[in-house]
Amino acid sequence: MDQLNCREMFERLSEYIDGELDARLLECFDEHTRDCEPCQAFIATLRKTVELCRESGSDAPAQSLFSPEEIEAFKEAYEQAVLDLSDNARSENHPA
Amino acid sequence: MRGAGKGYKQFMEADPINFLNEMKAGKPGAFERFFALVEKRVFAFGLKVCGQVEDAKDTLQETLLSAFKALPNLEFKDSKALNVWLYKVAKNSCLMMRRKNKYQPDRELSLDEFMPGRGNEGAPKEIPDWSNLPDDALLKEELRELVRRATLALPAQYRLVLVMRDMEQLSTKEVAEALEISEQNVKIRLHRARLFLRQELERYFKEGDGAARH
Repeated sequence: MDQLNCREMFERLSEYIDGELDARLLECFDEHTRDCEPCQAFIATLRKTVELCRESGSDAPAQSLFSPEEIEAFKEAYEQAVLDLSDNARSENHPA
Repeated sequence: MRGAGKGYKQFMEADPINFLNEMKAGKPGAFERFFALVEKRVFAFGLKVCGQVEDAKDTLQETLLSAFKALPNLEFKDSKALNVWLYKVAKNSCLMMRRKNKYQPDRELSLDEFMPGRGNEGAPKEIPDWSNLPDDALLKEELRELVRRATLALPAQYRLVLVMRDMEQLSTKEVAEALEISEQNVKIRLHRARLFLRQELERYFKEGDGAARH
């Protein structure tokens, strides 16, 4: 495998571990990595990176971060947008 | 609740489009139910992207305000479409926050930064394989923390893709829609972001006490 092909392979490693390569490319990857220990180690550690990433989510709050008054303000903003929409529809149907 | 995939899954299982439709129909209590569902999701996303609780809360506030003002005008075919739209709004709020604060400057990550070199004989260099981690809860938590810190060190355009794709576990297509970029671009940014994180982990195992533990 020459340098260019190595680079091409390197460029598509994420697609390889995500199972997004077509059959022909997958065969090329499998064939190369079968006998290449550095590639095997690189792929294994990249897979591990993705796994750690999936486990690294942040905690969602158990309770709302907003007070009831703040939530009410969001509700008013929503209701105002609903009213604006009806007003616009009315003025389109009955132009002055 | 650990793991974004889990939060995202719970969000989708709740089928938020039904909550939205009930809210639009004016059903009593529907606004509060929809609000609670969206708040959790957007905050979890904002925290991963911004890193600080206060920033995540500001992002959440901006997102919710924009979303609730826009929702009466919008129709979604299903919960997935609603979800992608919410990420799009949240992404815009995150980028606005970024402009207000001093986040990592935007820069391109080049593939060459991460390509392993070659030894004297021209053969590929030996690469340490640290993928078989011992079953050590402390070490794993330390590594997750390292991943969170490294994610925040990524330039925003890569961080958003990584958070959406690997942490929130959206599909490539959904990330492309939310970020308004091509699927090919999502794949390119994701790969470079992963390589950046992998490099940080490798550094930890080479230099840090992780190597000693391992």
